[in-house]
Amino acid sequence: MNFHAITHLADGNPYLLDVNDLVVHFRSGRQRPWTKHAVVHAVDGVSFRVRRGTTFGIVGESGSGKSTTAQAIMRLVPATSGQIVFRGEDIMPLTGEPLRQARKHLQIVFQDPFSALDPRRRAGDQIREPLDLLHIGARSARDERVRHLLGEVGLPPEAADLFPHQFSGGQRQRLCIARALAPEPELIVCDEAVSALDVAIQAQILNLLKKLQRERGLTYIFISHDLGVIQQFCDEIAVMYLGKIAEQAPASTLFTEPRHPYTWSLVSAAAPPGPLRDALKAKYLVNGEPPSPVNPPPGCRFAGRCPFAIDQCRAQQPHLDAVGPEHFVACHRQKELAGPDFTLPAL
Amino acid sequence: MSTVEQTLIVAPTEPSDAGITANAAAPGTTSAPAQPVAKAASPARAALRQFLRSPSGVAGAIMLLLLILVAILGPILWPTDPLEIVGLPFAPPDPDALLGTDYLGRDVLAGLIHGGRATMTVGAVAAFITIIIGVSVGALSGFFGGWIDSLLVKISEFFQVLPPLLFAMVLVTLFGPKLTTITIAIGAVSWTPAARLTRAEFMRLRDLDFIKASRAAGAGNWHLIMRVVLPNALPPIIVSATLAIGVAILFEGGLSFLGLGDPNTMSWGLMIGQNRNYVLDAWWAVTFPGAAIFLAVLAVSLVGDGINDAVNPRLRRR
Amino acid sequence: MAPVLSVEDLSVSMTDRDGKLVPVLENLSFSVDRGRTIALVGESGCGKSMTALAIMRLLPEGFVVTSGRILLEGEDVLTARNQRMRALRGDTVSMVFQEPMTALNPLYTVGDQIAEALYHHRNLSRREANEQAVEFLKAVQIPAAEHRAKTYPHQMSGGMRQRVMIAMAIACKPKLLIADEPTTALDVTVQAQIFDLLAKLQEETETAIVLITHDLGAVAELADDIAVLYAGRCIETGPSQEIAARPRHPYTRGLLACMPHLAIGQPKPSVWVDLGEIPGMVPGLGNRGPDCAFLARCSYASEVCRSQPQPPLGAIDTGHAVSCWLAREIAA
Repeated sequence: MNFHAITHLADGNPYLLDVNDLVVHFRSGRQRPWTKHAVVHAVDGVSFRVRRGTTFGIVGESGSGKSTTAQAIMRLVPATSGQIVFRGEDIMPLTGEPLRQARKHLQIVFQDPFSALDPRRRAGDQIREPLDLLHIGARSARDERVRHLLGEVGLPPEAADLFPHQFSGGQRQRLCIARALAPEPELIVCDEAVSALDVAIQAQILNLLKKLQRERGLTYIFISHDLGVIQQFCDEIAVMYLGKIAEQAPASTLFTEPRHPYTWSLVSAAAPPGPLRDALKAKYLVNGEPPSPVNPPPGCRFAGRCPFAIDQCRAQQPHLDAVGPEHFVACHRQKELAGPDFTLPAL
Repeated sequence: MSTVEQTLIVAPTEPSDAGITANAAAPGTTSAPAQPVAKAASPARAALRQFLRSPSGVAGAIMLLLLILVAILGPILWPTDPLEIVGLPFAPPDPDALLGTDYLGRDVLAGLIHGGRATMTVGAVAAFITIIIGVSVGALSGFFGGWIDSLLVKISEFFQVLPPLLFAMVLVTLFGPKLTTITIAIGAVSWTPAARLTRAEFMRLRDLDFIKASRAAGAGNWHLIMRVVLPNALPPIIVSATLAIGVAILFEGGLSFLGLGDPNTMSWGLMIGQNRNYVLDAWWAVTFPGAAIFLAVLAVSLVGDGINDAVNPRLRRR
Repeated sequence: MAPVLSVEDLSVSMTDRDGKLVPVLENLSFSVDRGRTIALVGESGCGKSMTALAIMRLLPEGFVVTSGRILLEGEDVLTARNQRMRALRGDTVSMVFQEPMTALNPLYTVGDQIAEALYHHRNLSRREANEQAVEFLKAVQIPAAEHRAKTYPHQMSGGMRQRVMIAMAIACKPKLLIADEPTTALDVTVQAQIFDLLAKLQEETETAIVLITHDLGAVAELADDIAVLYAGRCIETGPSQEIAARPRHPYTRGLLACMPHLAIGQPKPSVWVDLGEIPGMVPGLGNRGPDCAFLARCSYASEVCRSQPQPPLGAIDTGHAVSCWLAREIAA
């Protein structure tokens, strides 16, 4: 796919991140001592580019590989192959000091604010950690910076002296955001960062993330299973299924003209209650659950559940083809299948 | 009542409401906490407070402190040399020898006081060796996994299948019955449980998000092991270290009982070992050191249990 | 006809370290008829799950019912003898939990676990119980049910396990099913399947359902009535369509406004509009006075709210009641 040609223009390159054919395979247990290890195909050839200052959403169900993709970009899980071009440099081969330096610009916020903070260290020390480790700023100025960061995420400066158990879930997520902001990164990966929070708190955190993006020109990769959140929060969205991107489109296109049957199923499941939802569900909601990523089906990953699958789908893997401006679909039948009609009159 | 305690009570039903309240105001606004916040309720301090609440733990700690105090100050209070013959063998307790004399006519009380020093030092140092070896092996094994783990697990399994007492006897026989040899031998044969415990803790913690967050913040392996994972793995390790002292004291007693004690240094185990054949003629020469070992082991076990209750959050309620 | 479940003026308190009683649930009343569904909605810490546990009489140690009655087909659960209560659980009332993995016994096949319940509560022979277990697995749309009955919980996916939980819960044809966040741990497409399944089963068996959830948007479809809980108090209750369309309590309005709803078929606004936000958080246990519990977070709060204790639920429309001094001013 020529779309993924790598540009090494550090200046004037609109893309902050260019992920090229990322593959992450894990070795899992073996059936018998003499058989080979089973291989989990967590991420199987994923490519996308993220524009500076925008939010790139990855949506999918459990086992789709969306979190593994995020953590592989962070170099927190070892990738099997592929390129991660970040700020014009492939960070995949980096180790040691250069990798540490690259991490300055690349931070992550996790899903569970309870396991993401060290219970035995004060909040302030944890926000300070990246500053100390990466030698950012004068030692004496770091405490002041921690207090400033706390203010930016809406916490009082006294919070620095407290331990994580003294905070609520939403406050902990604010601490995690402050920690991610500390080294002044350009890209923050939000790995289901609001999924574990109550709706009211979720809205607070989403608003906070948007405010920070506006003020600092941050770029986000936003991982979520919640289509409503993804639609509102992201500029571009990739729909992942079983380790591959099924469809990728700008947020406005994906929910007006979705082209992949899996996207149709997701949309019908998440549509607001009403006759439209009932009609969509009847036609597009698929049954069952994704197959195991240990032995993914040979053809299209979705073929086993897809109501529109034909023989070709089960035999041959589809490519991610451009179907419109910035709109890519991996489906053999994308030309012949008509998308869902969202204009069904409300009764 | 401190914030910590409130948190502990509220925790089971309302994990999200604990601690400081009403200051997650709209982003950008920094409002002061609605209620005064107990500053710096560190987990270690909370555990200490919890420990001081446990009657048996405090009793154990007091016993242990008294034993240590006697071992330190004893030679001043009762300056008799424990190896010197002060009277007839098997003299029953009387005002000259408060707890009688042993089969050579040495003062049993002097033996108890001076021997306590040796026995408790052996216990503490052997436990220290146990923990140092065990934690190092377990930490490397659990943190790195892979072939490092396989190799270290194989090595620990080798040590595990040897009967520890027999193995220690072989070591002491080979290198001579000196107190240092005995201490090292005890340490060398009893580190595997600590290694297994540490490995399990490290494997559990290794994949938690806050470890990944530290890595994303630029932390290297050494920093992660020493500053992030180890402090979180420490509570059960401290408990096991405490209990290891008791085990080492018993071990020293056992080796001495089998005639492998250091004859030039008086210890509780040595007293029992040398007098065991005369227990019917002079019960005092065996009973008092036996009771001392019992008290010391009981004290460290009580302290260990107390710490365990204090650091184990599930048991912390009420 | 008497309702299947009727909770009257239920209050639950927790004993704190000093032996003081701290209210967890206050004066909760609701009822549910045969074949109907009521949803208890609220953020975590609002007392939803405590209500469920109180109905099952499975309150954790330290929690006590301080007032009220819980009538299950007219029989007061709170005064029932332990033996009677054991018979009621699983037979008249059963429960589906949020995390099916921990609620199923890993050592038995799923078929055996369903058959066990049938054997004990329905006096069937072992063989009949096993046959029926397979029938129930079919009823919850598990493919290859005969084969699946012989598998263990860990061999199934999350959605399958939740179906098994539901099969177990309905096996004894309970009059009342309590579903505590039954789909929270599941993927969206599976969630939709499970909700459809519950609706279909309810149609067939006329079981009354108490659905506990934090997702006010998702329940409107399944529930007939909604009770919104806040800080252990019911602050709004009524028919679900009515509440979804015309919420009156500022908290209910806030909950609806802060959820990003999926808008399909329409282009997304090009600029981000901040989500509606409820500032702060639910007051902790022990920090709840007689004042309106929502006062500190409420943007409508006026003098009357600050000077008066929280008002009781007041009817505003047929079946629609709100606990708010300003309910009439806050026009729908």
